[in-house]
Amino acid sequence: MSRKPQLQVVTANALISGHSVWLTASGGWSPRMGDARVFDDPQQAQAALAHATARSDIVVGAYLAPVRAGVAGPEPVHFREAFRRDGPSPAANAHPRS
Amino acid sequence: MYRYDEFDHAFLAERNRQFRAQVARRLDGSLSEDEFRPLRLMNGLYLQLHAYMLRVAIPYGTLNPAQLRKLAEIAERWDRGYGHFTTRQNIQFNWPRLIDVPDMLDALAEVGLHAIQTSGNTVRNVTADHFAGAAADEIDDPRPWAELIRQWSTDHPEFQFLPRKFKIAITGSPHDRAVTRAHDIGLRMLRRKDGAEGFEVIVGGGLGRTPMLGPVIRDFLPASDLLPYLEAILATYNLLGRRDNKYKARIKITVHENGLDTFRELVEARFAEIAPDFDRQTTAAELARIRAMFASPLLESKSEYAFHEAHQRDPVFRAWADTNLHPHRAKGHAIVTVSLKAHGETPGDATSEQMRLIADLAERYGHGEIRVSHEQNLILPHVARGDLPALHAALKAAGLATANAGLLSDIIACPGMDYCALATARSIPVAQEIATHFDRLRLEHDIGPLKIKISGCINACGHHHVGHIGILGLDRAGVENYQITLGGDGSEDASLGSRTGPGFAHDEIVPAIERILRAYLELRENRDETFLAAYRRLGAAPFKAALYEGNRADAA
Ligand code: SF4
Repeated sequence: MSRKPQLQVVTANALISGHSVWLTASGGWSPRMGDARVFDDPQQAQAALAHATARSDIVVGAYLAPVRAGVAGPEPVHFREAFRRDGPSPAANAHPRS
Repeated sequence: MYRYDEFDHAFLAERNRQFRAQVARRLDGSLSEDEFRPLRLMNGLYLQLHAYMLRVAIPYGTLNPAQLRKLAEIAERWDRGYGHFTTRQNIQFNWPRLIDVPDMLDALAEVGLHAIQTSGNTVRNVTADHFAGAAADEIDDPRPWAELIRQWSTDHPEFQFLPRKFKIAITGSPHDRAVTRAHDIGLRMLRRKDGAEGFEVIVGGGLGRTPMLGPVIRDFLPASDLLPYLEAILATYNLLGRRDNKYKARIKITVHENGLDTFRELVEARFAEIAPDFDRQTTAAELARIRAMFASPLLESKSEYAFHEAHQRDPVFRAWADTNLHPHRAKGHAIVTVSLKAHGETPGDATSEQMRLIADLAERYGHGEIRVSHEQNLILPHVARGDLPALHAALKAAGLATANAGLLSDIIACPGMDYCALATARSIPVAQEIATHFDRLRLEHDIGPLKIKISGCINACGHHHVGHIGILGLDRAGVENYQITLGGDGSEDASLGSRTGPGFAHDEIVPAIERILRAYLELRENRDETFLAAYRRLGAAPFKAALYEGNRADAA
């Protein structure tokens, strides 16, 4: 049985800001999902997750999120991840900054 | 309102000092996230989808201008210039940085506010009728009792690790604006014919995945027995409540599984045990001390000429006055609802600028009193009617004079998927789209009193079960899907809404609501028959027929 490999990224929240971040190919964390390293090997993904979880001085709550390949890098499969990537709906967060 | 004494201030300062040290130890790596998480939650700091969220308790929804200004300052200095008022009468800041939170807590402490017990399995912020101390229909101001409960339950050593969180609501009015039957404990003040004061005690209500309206455990509890009786309920629940299953841990399940009679017997037995030793003298003295701080402001009657003149001349003022005012117990006065529901805005959000303006207006026209309603509006409880035109003009200039209190667009919406880590769908955009759509149709005032309540997941923070129209956002195979319930009611005639049937996709929900409301306009006997009354008279059938007729609802 041949199946397309499930593509995954490691994502978390930054410890200090709490903002959503993604693990990059260089082992750093980016606020842009497009920068994320995409894993097609579940074992490698798990290992990266374990490594990220151990770095709890930088990020919190790391987990694997499924993605699909897009033109400008990985794209979310689930809408929750799209919200984490894009932030709140524009109208929900539109307040005149006083 | 309640003013902190030295003891209260010292307590807060010490708690904040501890948390500052805990944050430092988290940042330098001596505390792991697993160790730190319960500590931050004890101080109201959650981690949400895009950022941390700091939940600040506003005890029984009462604020003074200095406090509201401080919230405005905090929002500006350490957040993004706004705050979100919630159905728990709390305020949430959506974007704090971990390193700033100790400073935020110190700033809150300057005005006697904190975030303690806004999380965890403890007694949470005690909520109250937002018209308390002002409403014409009130027996007595419930807030001194709420404050007494707050003091008793804060840091209560026996009740820091309850089976689950615990919410108490209190009203001093027969018209229940505090949704008492949907709380773990609901308290309704009563005054018997012989003058004796007491409470009807409701236990085991709650919404969430197993919605239940709480039954009455005591018809009449003498007021002086309140704390020992609450203690008896909490102690019984603490022993009996299920700790094996998070979803069965709330007291509503405890009462349901054991039966009300058994639960009551255990509570009464415990009460009989502890009541004799309860220090009633100290409690009575404390209550008297608290009461003095809640004394009503001196409400002098003023000329109402300006009100009548504006009401005749200005249709915008008239629309606002007809919807956003509530009868005050004092002649010549009104309770003002400052709507945080401008069409298309996020329900319950206020910018720092708006908060400061409301603080100023409360000082100028409202004896320095402000309330937060569970319906996510702010209230100025004591305004002379003659001052209303000036107040309205000032509110209008800041986008705070939407004439919609109690109407269709006065929607409760939880943060949903825009912020909340537990959400299964968005709530805020649904509220915004409904509000702007019906505003365009100019139907809102014609439809009349209507409570729409939206939750972004089964936890029901948006109280959808008690909305006349409730909307619950779910995730159906990776797509947002919205279930509709009809006929819910959070008032003294409380009822839970019933599900209409299959849910609707995000882009189908506004037309779905419109079909229901067009049916209502057709079916109502006259303009005085509200949506809820029509629903109760006719039942669900005609509304369901309209909702699903010729419609491509998926069979979710
Ligand atoms: S109802 Fe669900 S989505 Fe809404 S605030 Fe509560 S937990 Fe979050």
